[in-house]
Amino acid sequence: MSAKTTWEVNAAGRKVPAEVNGAAQVPYRGVRAHEPSGRKAAPPVRSNRDYPADGDKRVPNLAAALKRCGLRDGMVISTHHHLRNGDRVALDALQTAATLGAKDLVWFPSASFPCHAPVIDLMESGAVHHIEGSMNGPLGDYCSTGKMRGLGVLRSHGGRWQAIQDGEVHVDIAVIAAPSADSFGNADGSHGPSACGSLGFALADSLYADRVIVVTDNLVPFPCLPWQIQGNNVDCVVEVDSIGDPEKIVSGTTRITRSPDRLRIAEHVARFVRDAGILREGFSFQAGAGGIALAFVDFLAPMMREAGVTASFVRGGSTRYLVKMLQEGLTRCILDGQTFDLDGIRSIASDPRHVPTSPFTSYNYHGKGNFASMIDVVVLGATEVDVNFNANVNTHSDGRLLHGIGGWQNCLFSGCTVLAVPSYRDRIPVIVDEVTTLTGPGELVDVVATERGLAINPRRKDLLEAVRGSDLPIRPIEEIKAEVEALCGGPPARPRLTEVPVAVIKWVDGTVIDTVWRVKG
Amino acid sequence: MTGTQPATAGPRGDSVRSDLHVAFTPGDEALVIELHSRVAPYYGEAIDTQVRNVLATLGVGTGRVAIHDGGALPFVIAARLETAVRRAGLGGESRALPEAHPRPAPSTRDRLRRSRLYLPGSQPKIMVSAGLHGPDAVILDLEDSVHPAEKDAARTLVRNALQTLDFGAAERMVRINQLPLGLEDLDEIVPVAPDLILIPKVEDPSQVRAVDERITAIQERLGETRALWLMPILESALGFEHAFAVAQASPRVAALTLGLEDYTADLGVRKTPEGSESLYARTRTVNAAKAAGVQAIDSVYGDVDDTEGLLAWGRRSRDLGFEGMGCVHPRQIPVVHEAYAPGKEELTRAARIVAAFEAAKAEGRGVVSLGSKMIDPPVVERAVKLMGRARAMGLSVEEA
Repeated sequence: MSAKTTWEVNAAGRKVPAEVNGAAQVPYRGVRAHEPSGRKAAPPVRSNRDYPADGDKRVPNLAAALKRCGLRDGMVISTHHHLRNGDRVALDALQTAATLGAKDLVWFPSASFPCHAPVIDLMESGAVHHIEGSMNGPLGDYCSTGKMRGLGVLRSHGGRWQAIQDGEVHVDIAVIAAPSADSFGNADGSHGPSACGSLGFALADSLYADRVIVVTDNLVPFPCLPWQIQGNNVDCVVEVDSIGDPEKIVSGTTRITRSPDRLRIAEHVARFVRDAGILREGFSFQAGAGGIALAFVDFLAPMMREAGVTASFVRGGSTRYLVKMLQEGLTRCILDGQTFDLDGIRSIASDPRHVPTSPFTSYNYHGKGNFASMIDVVVLGATEVDVNFNANVNTHSDGRLLHGIGGWQNCLFSGCTVLAVPSYRDRIPVIVDEVTTLTGPGELVDVVATERGLAINPRRKDLLEAVRGSDLPIRPIEEIKAEVEALCGGPPARPRLTEVPVAVIKWVDGTVIDTVWRVKG
Repeated sequence: MTGTQPATAGPRGDSVRSDLHVAFTPGDEALVIELHSRVAPYYGEAIDTQVRNVLATLGVGTGRVAIHDGGALPFVIAARLETAVRRAGLGGESRALPEAHPRPAPSTRDRLRRSRLYLPGSQPKIMVSAGLHGPDAVILDLEDSVHPAEKDAARTLVRNALQTLDFGAAERMVRINQLPLGLEDLDEIVPVAPDLILIPKVEDPSQVRAVDERITAIQERLGETRALWLMPILESALGFEHAFAVAQASPRVAALTLGLEDYTADLGVRKTPEGSESLYARTRTVNAAKAAGVQAIDSVYGDVDDTEGLLAWGRRSRDLGFEGMGCVHPRQIPVVHEAYAPGKEELTRAARIVAAFEAAKAEGRGVVSLGSKMIDPPVVERAVKLMGRARAMGLSVEEA
């Protein structure tokens, strides 16, 4: 960050930089205030002339592929995170690029995981300049303590599509790990030894990057069926022994939480959905793979059975709990953004009603609508919520980077957004006066559900009215906050942060909603 | 400093959450507090202040305290610190009690006791929100769930929990240790006003009387008149043979219950899910309890994942005459409440009988009849009792 950085206070009252990594920024203007202009970005025009007539785009290894794609200093290299903590491809690509002598690369993953911690060495050596994508664990600490050269840029899944599509991020080389692919570059995620289900996070990269490399450990004869990535967008195909560790790509079986408090939260949310009249024929919901969200689905299913209703669609992260609902006929289909367990993988590979989706269909705000905003109710988490329902999912209360945004911001546009959170974690209250980092504005958060009761946003008079007379513990958010503070021995001290920025948080429209500051010590 | 030695309290390790480890070394130098806490950025200063206050209350102004805190709440910090100080041979008669939560109204002898949620006396985390799950009672356990070497620590922690936590509408029970250790538990626990004491492994009425006398002595010393009930637990062949005498041993006895693990071991038989080996002990408990005019309360159902099995067990238990049972996990509570609730037909019939009784009374008739059937007085009495219990359970008897 140069000394002449100028600052602005955005519509949420947060101080944000006018420029990030050399690019001018628009400060957040309000939930739906920013009006985009211009045309979408596009990759260069290519010609069949330059590709093998027989369609065989195989090259011997990643180094050859990177060279063929014109690897240069300062390039933006993108990867996807469908292989989660089992991924071997992203690190391999960056390390290979470093071996080839590349410097100052920007790594643009759809998310990073603890297995990517060795990228720290590449940042130390100068091969990687900075990361634009979620950072947690060792990478989060590296960024939070101000060791990264550029500013981190955190985007939602939809925001990542928006940034690529709008030309805010230009991907030079996309490296796409594919559980199955043919030599033409058609690729699929739901088959093969490293199957991960959907490949949706890689779609934008395949469409917009200058060059696209597909890396697979399961080369199949043309045509790879089904194809989620079209070979017509792919420059070269690399066959490797293994793209990832299957045990870390999906969990053998996802498990519901056993914590009594979390079960209670999940049950409250399910009852709320029922009592508020959201549970009705043809409704839709989204719940991820977190312990509370899974338990919510498990509580909701019998209520749906009892009411005799079928969901028109549910959105994953798919798990065996959603698959069970599909098989039982409790939902007409699963629109799946990422697949979390083996039952999910089997289902997406075999059941045409279990459909892989991309951030374009699900989340992108700069499109002609998206699925997330059509959802009736979504259950999300948060690290902090303030009394005005503003929420933080990115940083610990001490300011250190903890989580990426994922689809969280995009999901806020659903008909009813529920944050299901314990009222405190390790003595630290979750409901605070002011969030450390603002990830999502309170006007889009409708319900905060804790084990001590549910707080409904006073803006949602309709919901307050709908649950009048329900025996749910509906309480003002301030009351829950006061009760927890009494238990915890008063409100927590404010985190001590510096005035030095280490990352920015983007809103779904590409504007800057908040700044993450370097932590002390 | 004579008669003192370094001492520790609380669990230690990186995975410890909501609890802490305290190492206290008595000494003559000025007090040194070494704090490692997961929550140091938010509560580091608060913890330091609290530690100084607690030590001052315990009369400790010197020495060294090393704390590894996994985000413990203040009542836990106070308890672990006090335990370490006492183990070091200091602290005298002082108690470092946390801030008091307003005491709920005293409990009554015949209150609803369908579910009692077991809370191990060594695990603070699950105590905090126990009341939220809506059991009829919570039972803070000092006996089997606590390691013999940790009895003093659990006693202090349970005392602090009773003093400061809000258990909602739940009756606050404590299971003390087998006598004579259990009597020492009473010295610490009775002053913070629990509602009911469970006495384990009772074989003889004299054990109940010993507990009663100790409680009465403590309460007299404190000028306390609050109701404090007893629930003896029969857990041996001999105990069941003395069931009636035990149930009658003190006017504080409000209920009689049983433990089947020790009993089946005593008999040398296998404990089965269906429980035919303990049928005699269970029916004997019910009979003795009813004969003494107290409640009969069943044991626990150990398999948390088997909701169907729990419901079936609870229903059979109710049919035998029990009025409630223990829960080892909060998710058992609604199932147990369902199991002990009267069925709709049963309630409808009871409502009709009561209505017929009222009608007969209004007309000055001595004989109550429903349709062509004459209803005996005990049947009327049972119907009235059932309606009362159903109301207490929050069931809609009016519709029935």
